[in-house]
Amino acid sequence: MSRFEAMDGNTATAEAMRQINPDVVAAYPITPQTNVVQVFSQFVADGEVDTEFVRVESEHSAMAACIGASTAGGRVMTATSSNGLAFMWEMVYIAASNRSPIVMAVANRALSGPINIHCDHSDSMGARDAGWVQLFGENPQEAYDNAIQAVRIAEHDDVLLPVMSMYDGFITSHGLERVQIEEDEAVRDFIGPFKAHEPLLDVDHPVTYGPLDFYDFFMEHKRQQVEGMKQAHRVIPEVAADFEKRFGRRYGFFEEYRLDGAELALVVLSSTAGTAKSVVDDLRSQGLKVGLLKPRVFRPFPSEELADALRDKAVIGVMDRSDSFGALGGPLFMELAAACKTHDVPAKMVDYVFGLGGRDTTPDQIETVFQDMAAIAETGEVKQLVTYLGVRE
Amino acid sequence: MATALKLKELSKKEDRLTSGHRLCAGCAAPIIVRQILTAIDEPVVVANATGCLEVSTTIYPYTAWNVPWIHTAFETAASTISGVEAMYRSLVRQGKIEDTGIKFVAFGGDGGTYDIGIQALSGMMERGHKALYVCYNNEAYMNTGIQRSGATPLGAWTTTSPVGSVVPGKPRHRKDMTAIAVAHDIPYAAQASPHNWRDLMKKVRKAVAADGATFINVLSDCNRGWRHETDQTLEVTRLAVETCYWPLYEVENGQWKLTYRPKEKLPIEEFLKPQGRFRHLFAEQNKHIIKELQAQVDRKWRELLERCGEEE
Repeated sequence: MSRFEAMDGNTATAEAMRQINPDVVAAYPITPQTNVVQVFSQFVADGEVDTEFVRVESEHSAMAACIGASTAGGRVMTATSSNGLAFMWEMVYIAASNRSPIVMAVANRALSGPINIHCDHSDSMGARDAGWVQLFGENPQEAYDNAIQAVRIAEHDDVLLPVMSMYDGFITSHGLERVQIEEDEAVRDFIGPFKAHEPLLDVDHPVTYGPLDFYDFFMEHKRQQVEGMKQAHRVIPEVAADFEKRFGRRYGFFEEYRLDGAELALVVLSSTAGTAKSVVDDLRSQGLKVGLLKPRVFRPFPSEELADALRDKAVIGVMDRSDSFGALGGPLFMELAAACKTHDVPAKMVDYVFGLGGRDTTPDQIETVFQDMAAIAETGEVKQLVTYLGVRE
Repeated sequence: MATALKLKELSKKEDRLTSGHRLCAGCAAPIIVRQILTAIDEPVVVANATGCLEVSTTIYPYTAWNVPWIHTAFETAASTISGVEAMYRSLVRQGKIEDTGIKFVAFGGDGGTYDIGIQALSGMMERGHKALYVCYNNEAYMNTGIQRSGATPLGAWTTTSPVGSVVPGKPRHRKDMTAIAVAHDIPYAAQASPHNWRDLMKKVRKAVAADGATFINVLSDCNRGWRHETDQTLEVTRLAVETCYWPLYEVENGQWKLTYRPKEKLPIEEFLKPQGRFRHLFAEQNKHIIKELQAQVDRKWRELLERCGEEE
């Protein structure tokens, strides 16, 4: 029987890690991810996992050790936030090109500077081209569920790519919510045993990993990485379907909330989607045709599916919890605008950058976003492409 | 029974680093690697930092390595081997694989060891991973074209410590990386040189038998950077030892021991003379640098003798 517990996102992630029971974890504590490492340390100290826990001296070494351990031939997990992710950047790319199916939880936090410990998505958005599958979760339950599904996605024979499982720093990492925890055996049965592919520890069949790769082969290897990502697009829904069958909770590329019949569609990631849902309910009760789309999978970006879901909308408002300095808009907006253009979605699009460095985003602000969108629908005119919500200008 | 450290016996062993790699003629690195891997009778897994050894032995789709080998980045030989060794311990402890007594060896140049990789190496040693870290120390970033490193000696010419009309080569002494490793209280650390292959191989055997992280710093002649003929490799490293510029010693569980003592300590000029990187030091206005180098060698040698409990 599954059980219900009050848990924050970090504890739920650590609980998933206990159940997954990785062969090696190499991690370095950083706010707000810290409690993942602390809780997991206790599991190790109490013999509740078989994991060899490498308490590295930095995130850079964390990811290097994860790549070494994964290549050696076993299941590997880690967790980080913000500057920790930035510090391991070099290795994050190498993990993907090495086709190491590492699963990493990321409690999203603003990148320095100035230094700030609170939530935004600049850390994982910066890593969006690193070659990792990226899943965003709204709450502790999704953090838990995504961590478990991430193992299956990463280790799938056709994928073999690392996966990042994101949840909002402090808001989700430290926010207590009711979480349904599945039985250990059920989780282990769902993920299955680790299957090593040409492990480094097989001394009878020596393999050279990470050779110098020049212009005569490099591009083919990059193309293979792309193929892994394409396969992930197929595998992610398959894994979600099996997850739903076993545990009853439904996951897709994204969640649609009252999107049917909506003319104004708001697109926002992670915990803010929770706030936005209540705003949608309020406005719907006033007869406004509004709805919400919460992306879960950012890489591979489900362009076609998103375009189809938004095809009949009059206005698409995107909320970005990070900026791309000097670009057209935030990362989510740019990706979605490209998808909509490519797939001939006629809707007007507008972007709102919000919540940087943990700036609170209130239901009132989200309501003003919908009001803006309503004006755009009425006039057919986007007066301001990117608006910074709740900022003193 | 371990293979006897006799050339006749050792030459019968299969090459773990094969011929056909693209390292330069006269490069000491492959000599050192082959001596080290031949010294080890057990199965071996190797991690390699970015550098000459890595780029020249693994140009895809070829590899010169007959043992499992992994490279991830420049500063990560120690952290990568930490992960590999941790996985081995985990899988053996869980009964998922058999304990075949694998030895874990990381190779990094002085750039990957003294400078950019020192943090990862420090972490590996502090955590006590059962792995041997070998620095093949050619005293500059040779792979990228002879730039100075923390291992470059005072006065040496490199492309980033060039000899100019105002500054005559590198303005500061090298750091004592072996002593830094020793300060981690690891069970075994040593300095070695490829010209004394038996000494190096004995040290390797002690290192891989130790229970914990171990470190060997091997002077690795680079004729491209040190500026001399390609057939002088072992002679120049021999002179480094005979001048006490590169003493051969080991520190086993805190016990310092000299493993070779020159019969007559040669003046530092004997080591400097054959190398173009020091040529400018013999100009009248730069001779004080040679004196400084000699004074540093003398001071470090006295300290070492004291630590080893040897008479001056």
